[in-house]
Amino acid sequence: MVAKLMVIFFSAILINNFVLTRFLGICPFLGVSQQIETAIGMGLAVIFVLTLASAMTWVVQHLILVPLGLGFLQTVAFILVIAALVQLVEMVIQKVSPTLYRALGVYLPLITTNCAVLGAAVLNIREGYTLVESTVHGAAAGVGFTMAIVLFAGIRERLAYSPVPVSFKGFPIALVTAGLLSIAFLGFAGFNLGKLFGM
Amino acid sequence: MSLRKDFANGLLAENPTFRLLLGMCPTLAVSTSVFNGIGMGLAATFVLVGSNAIVSLVRSIIPEKIRIPCYVVIIATFVTVVDLAMAGFTPALHQTLGIFIPLIVVNCIILARAEAFASKRALLNSIADGFGMGIGFTLALVVLSLIREMLGTGVVFAAPDFNFAGVKLLADEYRSVIMILAPGGFITLGCTLGLINWLSRPRSSGGSKS
Repeated sequence: MVAKLMVIFFSAILINNFVLTRFLGICPFLGVSQQIETAIGMGLAVIFVLTLASAMTWVVQHLILVPLGLGFLQTVAFILVIAALVQLVEMVIQKVSPTLYRALGVYLPLITTNCAVLGAAVLNIREGYTLVESTVHGAAAGVGFTMAIVLFAGIRERLAYSPVPVSFKGFPIALVTAGLLSIAFLGFAGFNLGKLFGM
Repeated sequence: MSLRKDFANGLLAENPTFRLLLGMCPTLAVSTSVFNGIGMGLAATFVLVGSNAIVSLVRSIIPEKIRIPCYVVIIATFVTVVDLAMAGFTPALHQTLGIFIPLIVVNCIILARAEAFASKRALLNSIADGFGMGIGFTLALVVLSLIREMLGTGVVFAAPDFNFAGVKLLADEYRSVIMILAPGGFITLGCTLGLINWLSRPRSSGGSKS
């Protein structure tokens, strides 16, 4: 049980990193990665929402949609759950911890349209994960996202002072850099985590 | 603005991928083969036209404050239609595009057009805009997937759903698998954007040297 959770956790971070190998959450990855500080803020907000959303959508799928035979409504139901959840999280944080709200506030509304969240929810169902496995997978997806965006922000901070051809300034060079980062993560492909955790 | 102008706007001047830089996730993920690219492009076009039409029709009824959730539900409905239709008619394509079909819901192009265009304009203009943006997105996907499929597999236009093996352009020893893996997606899009910037640079500044 624990071994399986460990495998899910680490493979979602390293082998199937959401951003660099699965192409989920590219918009915030490119949009909010100019500075390390904001990248960390976005990452934390994503971890938070992804973990909650993974658990919530699992419950919706297995306790509401499947018993009622409404599987085809999955996409509609999930996106509504996520949108409502993001709104709720925003309101709760605003009330409970104004400091945290100031740090994460601007990023929260953006998360509804972060495809990593809906992507993780759909993947959890397709992989047939249990509630605990889904939650762990969601959290790991968030951690993987945070790691990728923080690494990338670090590179972009330096890139801002590098002599880049005019045509490649901004997005193009950022994408090429992301490609190189992704090659590095390709090194984890085929890594047998099951063996590592004695499965 | 005339309908033709609304339609043509999305093709080049405001191409969603190359100009507005929207909808990057599906762009990178499905541009591994031209067939996948066209499939995703047409699916997104259908959703864009449908959601733009409905949003435009109900734009005066929807309360300002909850408009975004309303748009999302409209979009999700069309995505479900596409999802079920593709599962029925093109099962192999449905399999390869995988979770990126439900993820059309969170494709920012669609929500952006609903918010920026369809919520303010008449029905026919919104349909023209959705169609133009969709075709623009499809064109961008075709350009990227053509490069990636050729360099990655040496074959272009392979279409498993129609039993078509594709046209061979490169000998096996020249292909590099990395182009159809994740890094190839980032690098191809980056280089294409750079090239487009270079081609459309202001001529007076002279050259691209910095």
